[in-house]
Amino acid sequence: MLEVEGITKTFPGVVANDNVSLTLNQGEIHCLLGENGAGKSTLMNMVFGLYRPDSGTIRVRGEEVHFEDSGEAISRGIGMVHQHFQLIPVFSVAENIILGNEITKGAFLDLDTARRQVDALAERYGLAVDPDAIVGDLSVGEQQRVELVKALFRDADILILDEPTAVLTPGEVDDFFEVVESLTGQGKSIIFITHKLREVLAVADRITVLRAGQVVGTTTAETATQQSLANLMVGRDVVFRVEKAEPDPGKSVIRVEDLRVTDDRGVETVSGFDVEVRAGEIFGIAGVEGNGQRELVETICGMRPAIGGRVEMLGQDTTGWSPRKIHELGVAHVPENRSKHGVVAQYSIADNLVLNRYNHRKFSQRGVRNTAAINAEAKELVERFDVRTPGVEAAIDTLSGGNQQKVIVARELTGDLRALVVAQPTRGLDVGSIEFIHRKIIELRDQGVAVLLVSAELDEILSLSDRIGVLYRGRLAGTVEAAEATREELGLLMATGAQS
Amino acid sequence: MNGVGNANAGVGRAASQVHRFLNEVWRLQPLYVSLYAILLSFVVGGVLISIIGVNPFTAYWALLRGMVGGGDQIAGSLARSVPFIGSALALAFAFRAGLFNIGAEGQLLAGGVTAAFVGALSWMSDLPGIVAIPLILIAGTMGGAIWGGIPGVLRAKTGAHEVISTIMLNSLVLFGVRWMVNSRDPVVLRDTDSTVPRTDPISDTAVLPELVDSQPTLHVGLFALVGICFVVAFVLNRTTFGFEVGTVGLNPHASHYAGINVNRVIVASMAVSGSFAGLAAASEISGTNGFFQPGTFFLMGFDGIAIALLARTNPVAIIAAALLWGSMLSGAPLMQQEADVSIDVVRIIQAMVLLFVAADAIVRYLFRVRELDQSPFKAKSIEGAV
Repeated sequence: MLEVEGITKTFPGVVANDNVSLTLNQGEIHCLLGENGAGKSTLMNMVFGLYRPDSGTIRVRGEEVHFEDSGEAISRGIGMVHQHFQLIPVFSVAENIILGNEITKGAFLDLDTARRQVDALAERYGLAVDPDAIVGDLSVGEQQRVELVKALFRDADILILDEPTAVLTPGEVDDFFEVVESLTGQGKSIIFITHKLREVLAVADRITVLRAGQVVGTTTAETATQQSLANLMVGRDVVFRVEKAEPDPGKSVIRVEDLRVTDDRGVETVSGFDVEVRAGEIFGIAGVEGNGQRELVETICGMRPAIGGRVEMLGQDTTGWSPRKIHELGVAHVPENRSKHGVVAQYSIADNLVLNRYNHRKFSQRGVRNTAAINAEAKELVERFDVRTPGVEAAIDTLSGGNQQKVIVARELTGDLRALVVAQPTRGLDVGSIEFIHRKIIELRDQGVAVLLVSAELDEILSLSDRIGVLYRGRLAGTVEAAEATREELGLLMATGAQS
Repeated sequence: MNGVGNANAGVGRAASQVHRFLNEVWRLQPLYVSLYAILLSFVVGGVLISIIGVNPFTAYWALLRGMVGGGDQIAGSLARSVPFIGSALALAFAFRAGLFNIGAEGQLLAGGVTAAFVGALSWMSDLPGIVAIPLILIAGTMGGAIWGGIPGVLRAKTGAHEVISTIMLNSLVLFGVRWMVNSRDPVVLRDTDSTVPRTDPISDTAVLPELVDSQPTLHVGLFALVGICFVVAFVLNRTTFGFEVGTVGLNPHASHYAGINVNRVIVASMAVSGSFAGLAAASEISGTNGFFQPGTFFLMGFDGIAIALLARTNPVAIIAAALLWGSMLSGAPLMQQEADVSIDVVRIIQAMVLLFVAADAIVRYLFRVRELDQSPFKAKSIEGAV
């Protein structure tokens, strides 16, 4: 169906794709695997006509093509579902699907015909969507189905899916895989971009691994293992389970009692939550996203007021304290939303590294910033936390996601810490960065810091935590010792809130 | 089409030579768009002038002589520019905090009327100048700060957008002072001895020393406002407070997370912003007019928006932009006298400058200027739906 041969693409200063070749057969699921920045998205953006290759050829059904824009790619039957959906939230599903390809009756939209066609497609491929629902009201998983129907509506038979599972809950991922299989069953061919090994082995027919812009291996799901793929991706042996010593828990550091919090819309999402985290232990909070994780973390760290209950840290009632006051107590916070809370995108790496300490005497004397001291500190942290950057004065948004997260972790894990609250610390990161950040968290725990870890990745919770609590509808549904926990037991708690 | 392309390639080659010089010698890269916007506006303005049958070179020559043709003209141009520095600075400062303060027009009036009121108090004449002058300037500054601070408080406490509230406060103060100065029954601030509506004259002790007896008077307020531009540049770029202002402006969520009191920064930035307009008005009352008339400050706040934009909110570049703006207005009458081209043509050219700065894609295409960063005044694109 699709042949990519010897494609090279350079951006100023980087070779994003270096002589990359890839073949997609009809009816197959071809996984494109690689760390962040390996060049997966760049390659697919060329296939979809968004970029033009410097050299090399692309053939669709044996015919050489040179796309000027994505419209030409679409007319050749190529569809792409991006990581960030291209939908208009205030429009209905049917309106979104026909957008750019409107079916009209005179000057008016013919939504009835559109509805029928959407229903037909949905039925044929098992993609349940309500054509009249407003997209903004749909869950992320449903929005993704809308994107798929949109591509199918334009008669795509080569589908490129860019990190489609990054935004889905474990249950939604399973549904999604069923859809993908039903699509290939009906003759569609799929390129699936991901960096999650488990998923690759679950759905792929063939696998192409990219590293630093080059193809480092092509294999099949039958012959590959998680270990062999990870080693290919990273280029060295990867340790999956973090090595750690037995915990030595001390005094209670974080104590949350009967906490109640509302979200931005005023809906109570944390309703009567209790937890206690002791010095020198990692307490992991598992749970499907949207069960109050965000509000819980923000309230503990002073960013959101509680409507009831209390938070106690190091023996003091910190309910209603400002973020700064809590930070000064020795509580660090790695926020869930990297770009919204974690960094100021336009600021330099150095300024981001002192974002919450810019006013300390070391960095500011009589109200004037000490740039030399800030840069010196930044150079040291960049070194210590292995941030890959040309210099500390570069803007942080020139870094990859993994390196940005390392900057945040470097900032938060520095200083005299007593407690650490981390939310989704490795979301969207590559294997190498995940390993690094996990090691740093364990190091702190071994130094006697109390760690509260919130993560949607069950593997992460299982490998890091000493004790695990499941958050279900704003309450702690159950607590288990990590050594005795199983995926099945936790999965059941996450889905139903009840212990078996 | 090809001809246009070739011509543009020629312009591009020439431009890149000029760029090298401008950048290596003066480090003006961030201001390219502004410089070219001015050039382009004069070209279009020239076409306009020739359409009405006047040689544009004759007209521009007269304009230039009106601006800087002699000592009197230069002094007049400088004097005309002084208040613009303050009103543009008001815009620029708020902008760093992510706030669009379009209330400089009202903040000037609030500052001006406060300064005139304090300056005319009977006991002012007993004070020495060294006390009276700072007093009248501080009064005006406070007036502007309060009038700017109100929308800041509204934004922080209720979330009311400052664009809306500053527009409303502009009207409020405009009609408020008009009534105060016009009303004879009751007499509020009106000088009953005067035939035109204005406030009582300020005390002689509160008059800012004059530098040149030009039209309008050039007074030492020039030094004060130019000096403040450098102070503001230092505060924004080097101080802890400036870092807080900039952080809130770029990412209020991250600021909150990092422990910055976002509401306090918003209120403080708006108040500081208003204080610059207030100071500009007070220095005019004290140094030029000697009393308050509402019409004096007409459009001065809105011109401040244009000037701040032209200077890309850089406090030091504001000095140059305000001087250009003020001297164009000051030189226009000579153009009208000698070339019979209406003063309004200068206003049209100024409007075009603003338009070309805002729609910078035109300038970037014609003169091959690369994008440095997102233009601060452009509407943000709609974020992806999730």
